[in-house]
Amino acid sequence: MTDYNFAYLDEQTKRMIRRAILKGLAVPGYQVPFASREMPMPYGWGTGGVQVSAAVMTARDVFKVIDQGADDTTNAVSIRRFFERTAGVATTEATSAASVIQTRHRIPEEPLSEDQILVYQVPIPEPLRFLEPSEVETRKMHSLEDYGLMHVKLYEDISAHGAIATAYAYPVKVEGRYVMDPSPIPKFDNPKMEMSAIQLFGAGREQRIYALPPYTQVVSLDFDDYPFEASKADHACGLCGATESYLDELIVDDAGNRMFMCSDTDYCEGRRRAGHVGAQGVPLEQEGAA
Amino acid sequence: MTQDNPLLQVEGLSKFYGHRIGCADVGFDLYPGEVMGIVGESGSGKSTLLNCLAGHLPPDQGRVMFDTRADGMRDTVTMSEPERRMLGRTDWAFVHQHARDGLRMNVSAGGNVGERLMAVGARHYGDIRGTAIDWLDRVEIAEDRIDDRPRQFSGGMQQRLQIARNLVTGPRLVFMDEPTGGLDVSVQARLLDLLRGLVREMGLSAIIVTHDLAVVRLLAHRLMVMKDGYVVETGLTDQVLDDPQHGYTQLLVSSVLQV
Repeated sequence: MTDYNFAYLDEQTKRMIRRAILKGLAVPGYQVPFASREMPMPYGWGTGGVQVSAAVMTARDVFKVIDQGADDTTNAVSIRRFFERTAGVATTEATSAASVIQTRHRIPEEPLSEDQILVYQVPIPEPLRFLEPSEVETRKMHSLEDYGLMHVKLYEDISAHGAIATAYAYPVKVEGRYVMDPSPIPKFDNPKMEMSAIQLFGAGREQRIYALPPYTQVVSLDFDDYPFEASKADHACGLCGATESYLDELIVDDAGNRMFMCSDTDYCEGRRRAGHVGAQGVPLEQEGAA
Repeated sequence: MTQDNPLLQVEGLSKFYGHRIGCADVGFDLYPGEVMGIVGESGSGKSTLLNCLAGHLPPDQGRVMFDTRADGMRDTVTMSEPERRMLGRTDWAFVHQHARDGLRMNVSAGGNVGERLMAVGARHYGDIRGTAIDWLDRVEIAEDRIDDRPRQFSGGMQQRLQIARNLVTGPRLVFMDEPTGGLDVSVQARLLDLLRGLVREMGLSAIIVTHDLAVVRLLAHRLMVMKDGYVVETGLTDQVLDDPQHGYTQLLVSSVLQV
């Protein structure tokens, strides 16, 4: 591990990223350009999040990575091992034990605290991108607070689908000023963004960092007669019986039978350890036997 | 038309492209409810002038005073960009020659009409849609086309949609750049009819740039003839067209093909 500088990136690069993070925290929701580096993983695999994590990480941190809420998917495992090797930091799967959590597409179910940092991997940081292809124009729109177009997208949703069909990457307005893409988290997670932890967003390919300081006001855009709704599948978790958590839908056999289960694996396991059993689940200790 | 204060006052407006002249030393007053035509051959600076007036191009010299609702006469050239954009989606409207420049082609007709409303803060879907339906009706587009994309529309319909999209916020001044260009004559006639009706009904002031003398004869009260960036003749439309004084205007008027 001594072959690498602590957390892979050299110290100059980390300083550059920290400056971008500080600027992002000072202007919540504003996309700060930064000189994104080549990372030893392809774009789209969290290069932005990894660079932000590397810049904020200290040797005493405990690191957790989730991908769609799960600790055990390829993306999560490889990034966790990357920092185990290059920084030698302790890692965990327990949300409450982690001090830095890197995430792709979810916010943990368990509320985060003031001493934690949540790092998002962001594919496309510009919420106006698919409406306005020119970067010059979108930056002008942000600086002039010219956001009428954002509601045109929601209008189109309602006229085509009868409801706001945007289910993830649902645009938000930060502190009454910047419209921000919350990364592709389900809109179920949007209300959780007003939290006590620091939230940092890194987009590697697009070379942008933005941030939300703790307790920042984050409002999901909507219409008066079509208010924002934090929706989820209308089921309980098959394994732990939770009714308040965001669920994944799985097809479990060739007959097409389905099962809903918590997307946050740590949360689900915690509940099962505490003795909750869902309709299709077995108590945790019998799992190997069954 | 006989009100005291002009809506728009232009003084000494010039725009240069390097050493070449875009338009030079243009000045005029436009009163509420008045429609002014700007004619001239291509390259005469009429589009440059229109873009300078509408705030799309920064002029090099001169003032463009507009009678704003809040603060009275303001110079739109020195106004801040957010203020100018606000004017651009409330009191001003701009109708492009090509509808695809003025429309969002991948957004439904209703969304196109609603955009300006949402940009000025409308947040009630039902109201926005109701207004959009009302406006589609006024420009003779059937209500059941509201969720269709503009690319499914004919050229004339696209142009009418563009007009609806622009007029929905009740502007007081409309800039039009060759609004009937590229349309066949029967469609042109209907569009002109529609424009004439709307201008009268809403008491709009308008500046229409065109090379089609028939269009200005029909719509414009006053006429400005441009050549090589300069205004060579101004006057009442009928007066200029029936008794042209400047050599170029005489050429222009005599060049119109008779059917």
